[in-house]
Amino acid sequence: MSFVSAGGDDAPTVLALEGVTKRFGALTANDGIDLTLRRGEVLALLGENGAGKTTLMNVLFGKYTAEGGRVLVERDGALEPLEPGSPAAALGAGIAMVHQHFTLAENLSGLDNILLGTRSLWKFGWGGARRAARTRLQGIIEASGLAVPLDVRVDRLSVGERQRIEILKSLYREARVLVLDEPTALLTPQDADRLFGTLKKLTATGLSVILISHKLREVFSATDRIVVLRHGRKVGETATAAADATSLAEMMVGSAVPKTVHSARTPGEPVVVLDGVSVSAEHGTALDRVDLKVHAGEIVGVAGVSGNGQGALAALLSGLAVPAGGTAQILGKQVERVDPGGLSTAGVARIPEDRHQDGVVGTMTVAENLALENLKTPSVSSRGVLRLSAMTSQARKTIAESDIRCQGPQSTVRLMSGGNIQKLILARTLGRKPRFVLANQPTRGLDLGAAADVARRLDEAATQHRAGVLLISEDLDELLAVADRIVVLHEGRLSEAGPAAAADRNAIGLMMSGQAAA
Amino acid sequence: MSEVAAAPLKRSRPASAGAISVGVRVLAGIAALLLAALPLLATGAPIIEAYGLMVTGALGSAFAVSETLTRATPLILTGLAAAVAFRAKLWNIGAEGQLYAGAIATVVVGTGLIEAPAFITLPAVVLAGAAAGAFLMLIPTLLKVRLGVDEVVTTLLLNFVVLLFVQMLLDGALKDPMGMGWPQSPPVVPAAELPEIWPRTRLHAGLILGIVAALVLSFVIARTTFGFRMRAVGENAAAARFAGISVAKTMIGVGLISGALAGLAGVGEVAGLKGYLTSDISPGFGYAGIVVAMLAGLSPIGSVVSALFIAAIYVGADSMSRALGVSSYLADLIVAMALISILIGEVVARRLTRGAR
Repeated sequence: MSFVSAGGDDAPTVLALEGVTKRFGALTANDGIDLTLRRGEVLALLGENGAGKTTLMNVLFGKYTAEGGRVLVERDGALEPLEPGSPAAALGAGIAMVHQHFTLAENLSGLDNILLGTRSLWKFGWGGARRAARTRLQGIIEASGLAVPLDVRVDRLSVGERQRIEILKSLYREARVLVLDEPTALLTPQDADRLFGTLKKLTATGLSVILISHKLREVFSATDRIVVLRHGRKVGETATAAADATSLAEMMVGSAVPKTVHSARTPGEPVVVLDGVSVSAEHGTALDRVDLKVHAGEIVGVAGVSGNGQGALAALLSGLAVPAGGTAQILGKQVERVDPGGLSTAGVARIPEDRHQDGVVGTMTVAENLALENLKTPSVSSRGVLRLSAMTSQARKTIAESDIRCQGPQSTVRLMSGGNIQKLILARTLGRKPRFVLANQPTRGLDLGAAADVARRLDEAATQHRAGVLLISEDLDELLAVADRIVVLHEGRLSEAGPAAAADRNAIGLMMSGQAAA
Repeated sequence: MSEVAAAPLKRSRPASAGAISVGVRVLAGIAALLLAALPLLATGAPIIEAYGLMVTGALGSAFAVSETLTRATPLILTGLAAAVAFRAKLWNIGAEGQLYAGAIATVVVGTGLIEAPAFITLPAVVLAGAAAGAFLMLIPTLLKVRLGVDEVVTTLLLNFVVLLFVQMLLDGALKDPMGMGWPQSPPVVPAAELPEIWPRTRLHAGLILGIVAALVLSFVIARTTFGFRMRAVGENAAAARFAGISVAKTMIGVGLISGALAGLAGVGEVAGLKGYLTSDISPGFGYAGIVVAMLAGLSPIGSVVSALFIAAIYVGADSMSRALGVSSYLADLIVAMALISILIGEVVARRLTRGAR
């Protein structure tokens, strides 16, 4: 569904990067990258996590100073070099960036956020300027279709609305180049489509957009041209209309993309039974009278936009929260007290959402982190004394089996990549042949290869070891590929479970935004 | 094959990080000593001579060495108290109060409560002192884990409470009837005294207690499941909790050990050095213990070394100030500057070791 936009092959270039090289110590994050952006086009910057997309945009935006190369911006029909390392210069040249994590003051209204920093605090006559600004903004809103309440405090707005404020902020500052960093990460499919509709309108008026993404689907539906980065290098450039998904994915990963496996299996006895369970809001949005059954030998996927009660559901099933109402049974045992250790020994594997914060102790070694949940087992300690050599040899074995890339059992976890830390956590938890697995956003931030590996291990746990698996994910494609049944979480309420094979993306999307009966 | 993949990151980091850490600590100690020249200059004292007098005062004779070791004894124990607590991010600033609690217990048990030979009385005194310190630290630890009360505030304020309590006791229940009206306790019985370990000096068995405590603590931290839990809780409490380690239980255990160690320092000062309790047995050993621990990077064995360094500064500066007529508060100034230097040094070290990230 590509569309004709104002940007064609003959549209003038508004921005050019020439040979941009950026190093961090021994790591070359950007290696001689060339890039041009024409007026009115949407350019996709496609690449896996760590490919150098965000670094490149931070060089463009003046947040980093590149070791080599330069940035050129069109001014009065000619390309002129941009002062490096100066966000003010980039803003002045009409380059604006909407970060993945918004930079809004939550206790101010949308209008104030947009105006923040645009005028000196020492000038009088603020009221008149505000009125003028509002009029101008209204014009921009009408032209772009970025409808958003301007006078409501930002913390009362939805994620989609906050994003619109961010974009309005850029447009208000007369941005000519808009950089969007993973803009759909927190959006429902409907909100994402709406965003792309807006971009279409904006490019028609001459705005140029760089869309940073690792999702092929959205790149295909919303961009004109695609640049692929891998390991800091530009490895491909193509018109979107001429691209095909398989070769793009291979370009991104550098090898054939592993296919997600979904083995045939039949569910057995229930391992988790939630009956009208409510959980207080201590862990984010509260859970509200939730019913759910997870059986041995099946993967149940929980779809939903982050912040709709996933935290409370995960806390309950991790042993960090107790029901405020209703009854929760895990492996046949009623949940009555906070006892993460008890659940772990009973046979529950828990893969935490924030693997750096909750999954590992960064300053401790690989061997120690592998033992973190198993301190009392005879292979780790006897009579309160650690068996260091047993721990080391066990770790060496696990490192080889799970292909954890590190400098050995005694290296600290802090310096490992997210994918390797996840492998460590999977080895620690799934290695004990659990009967129930809670996987909370287990592939977030991982590259395709590592994500496929996680999916394979979950499939293995459900199929070969007959574990019940609850997979909480924001990535609907992942859920549809991996799960047997899917439930949708919206504002603490859980929908009926439906078979994943018959699931309709659109219907799930509507449920995620609360527009259909959950 | 995993080794090959990690090659770009291979920069022998652990070893160099350790070397930088030790280097920064040594430099911080030297910087603190050099900075002492400023107040010395202000008093008009001859700088070179003053430094010379400090060195001979701390290490120049057998007597000087024995004094330095004697002074190091409580510092080792309060240093260990701070090191073990800080490892678990339990900020015990109350070693001073716990030291006095240990001292009170020593007097209560050691002045005639038990009439038994030394091999019974002495262990009873030591245990009572440790228990008193542990109990005093238990209160703020429980308040922290149950109610979330900031332990920095509670432990710090308890120091003043305990000191006032000591003064009250010395004017009442524990006042020595033969003390000619001085606010001091009766002396402990001979069976409760820690033996002298260097004839004709003041050095007592408290030093051995401190060194043994350092060795045991070192083993506990590195080699036991309790030490593992303690490190995990200190370095990432969220992950420890998620993995099923009870943060509250671990904190309570750490608090008890920390308080007990500080209590032992009080036992040493009363049963080993002075023989009786006064309200000035500690010129801030509890607070100096924090510097000892920080300077040692919270390592138990390192705490022994840094306690010796700090003790040498105290003894050397004392002796120098007597010879030159300079205020002996100079020692406190150097110790304070050592703490500031190490805090600055740690920031610099962190920058240096981060580099490649």
